[in-house]
Amino acid sequence: MKIRIKLYATLGKYLPKGAARNETEIEVADGASPADVIRGLGMPAELCHLVLVDGNYVAPSERDATPLKEGESLAIWPPVAGG
Amino acid sequence: MSWTKKILRVNLTEGTCAEEPLNMEWAEKYIGQRGLATKYLVEETDPKVDPLSPENKMIMATGPLTGTTAATGGRYSVITKGPLTGAIACSNSGGFFGAELKNAGWDMIILEGKSPKPVYLSIENDKAQLVDAGDLWGKSVWDTEDLIKEARGDSNIRVAAIGKAGENLALFAGIINDKDRAAGRSGVGAVMGSKNLKAVAVRGTLGVSVADPMKFLAAANAGKKVLAENAVTGEGLPTYGTQVLMNVINEVGALPSHNGGAVQFDGASKIGGEAMHEERATDGKKNLVSNHACFGCPISCGRVSQLDRTHFTVEGTDKYSEPSGGLEYEAAWALGAATDVDDLEALTYVNFLCNEEGMDPISLGSTIAAAMELYEAGKITDAETGGLALKFGSAEALVKAAQMTAAGEGIGKDIGLGSKRLCEKYGSPDASMSVKGQEFPAYDPRGIQGMGLTYATSNRGACHLRSYTVASEILGIPEKTDPLTTDGKAGLVKAFQDATAVYDSAGICIFTSFAWTLDDVTPQIDADLEGEWTSDRLLEAGERIWNLERQYNIAAGFTGKDDTLPKRILKDAAKTGPAEGKTSGLDVMLPEYYQLRGWNADGVPSSETLSRLGV
Repeated sequence: MKIRIKLYATLGKYLPKGAARNETEIEVADGASPADVIRGLGMPAELCHLVLVDGNYVAPSERDATPLKEGESLAIWPPVAGG
Repeated sequence: MSWTKKILRVNLTEGTCAEEPLNMEWAEKYIGQRGLATKYLVEETDPKVDPLSPENKMIMATGPLTGTTAATGGRYSVITKGPLTGAIACSNSGGFFGAELKNAGWDMIILEGKSPKPVYLSIENDKAQLVDAGDLWGKSVWDTEDLIKEARGDSNIRVAAIGKAGENLALFAGIINDKDRAAGRSGVGAVMGSKNLKAVAVRGTLGVSVADPMKFLAAANAGKKVLAENAVTGEGLPTYGTQVLMNVINEVGALPSHNGGAVQFDGASKIGGEAMHEERATDGKKNLVSNHACFGCPISCGRVSQLDRTHFTVEGTDKYSEPSGGLEYEAAWALGAATDVDDLEALTYVNFLCNEEGMDPISLGSTIAAAMELYEAGKITDAETGGLALKFGSAEALVKAAQMTAAGEGIGKDIGLGSKRLCEKYGSPDASMSVKGQEFPAYDPRGIQGMGLTYATSNRGACHLRSYTVASEILGIPEKTDPLTTDGKAGLVKAFQDATAVYDSAGICIFTSFAWTLDDVTPQIDADLEGEWTSDRLLEAGERIWNLERQYNIAAGFTGKDDTLPKRILKDAAKTGPAEGKTSGLDVMLPEYYQLRGWNADGVPSSETLSRLGV
């Protein structure tokens, strides 16, 4: 299935080739979890601080147990802040 | 101790500068800076005073850590009655001005009256005098600073000045120091303009001492280590600045756009922190040149940007050819997402203009967005705009409107009133995205519930810097809470408000709180000052300061009815994103908040609360 992956700030370097404006569409296994995608892209889990699926926060304890659905957006940030 | 125990009182009407002792009894209770200067304002002025009259006073105040080697210890605040709101105004700025003032031997400057002619205040250590500024009036902030340094033959002078917006009494005019650091909000620049005071120029070489130097050094170094090792303050903020939030807040569905008509903006990725790092197609250069630090700051979140010389804003001129203060998140949001403009270069240009002529970009952008809504609704016509098509998404309209506002010309004169007065004038009061007359910043309360309560109860009108619950609700600092629920938000807001009052009164930057707790701050203050300072004592002082500000506003005429939000936020549900279908749950949070504060159902602090806090 296809999902949209969005990687921001210092995680941008893990984006697959062809990504524009920090996002692109990728193919993942049916039922893949955010943790599966994070591992698949070679990203250190400890850097994946803010993980959102369609804008909704997924806590670290739920990242293995939350199956993604076709067309969903998975957006990830390292620890960031502003204001 | 770092207190010089000296206040400089400047009577602009009489043209006098006088030294007087700092009230140390008040300093013990109100810490310094925001808290202590508020105490002075409360004691010395009538809360019902016209903010732009000579009877209003303006205080420039440092904190106990200002000028010390504490990380970020360079802050000062401007405290006065704000013309945009009619409420207490307290605008905090970084840069180098505050530390220079303390190094000149002054804890605070109290400016009163009104000069019969334009002047600037010159301070060289203990020597203070008012200098004719007839040749500076009409000049920009940037030219003013350069001319003062040239005239006095000292490039190390630090200058805080107003531009044309402050001279023209634009109600959201700010005071700019070090050319791109701003005491930006609530119109403190208009108060300065109303007093015919163009600038304050300071040179200080006396040094700052602390009560226990060795203990202080250890505490300050421990604080710096925490900041360096924290992922946010050690890497995230230096690299991407506050602008890293643009895509975050858009993704969670809390980025107000189209003047609050939507909670997400299609152009967000074009104007955020990552976009500032991208090479432009036109010249191959990046918008972002480097980061920049204020006095004593190891975080270095400030942005330095350069404009694309082929962009319409500067094409054919050599103006703005040097890199200058770049976009912070709040400015990029207000000038961009709120107006639907996704042209990063245009936003950068207007941000430069805000620094150059002394305007608050949050209120400017939000008010232009309101004007765009009124124009598209036919309430403002070409007759008022002089033919300018003030449409959402138009970078040209944004730029022209900003230029007219700085100059106080045409529709710019109306925009300079702020969105509340603008929208009332044109018969659409609900189009103003403001609380107590001040425009709210870059977080939609429908998508981040705690921020609704934050805006509604902020003592200086809508503001994110009085209780930044975004840290918890979105970013997970210090712990993650659900942004879509009202549960627990009353307590969260109160905790943030009281702690923030401590940071704002201590002379340090609130951004340290992304890594520090009060337990990191306390040892630094305890070693800096005489007596015993604990986190509990500081937190109680924070609560005291909050209640003192509240009492000032009540005496100024505000009531619990003013603790509200724009109808759009309370009645119109978010249309997209995680908050789809939601409005602000302010009606649920506010009574609980009043109860936690020890206030009655009308939002008035009880006598027991005031007595407990010694207000």
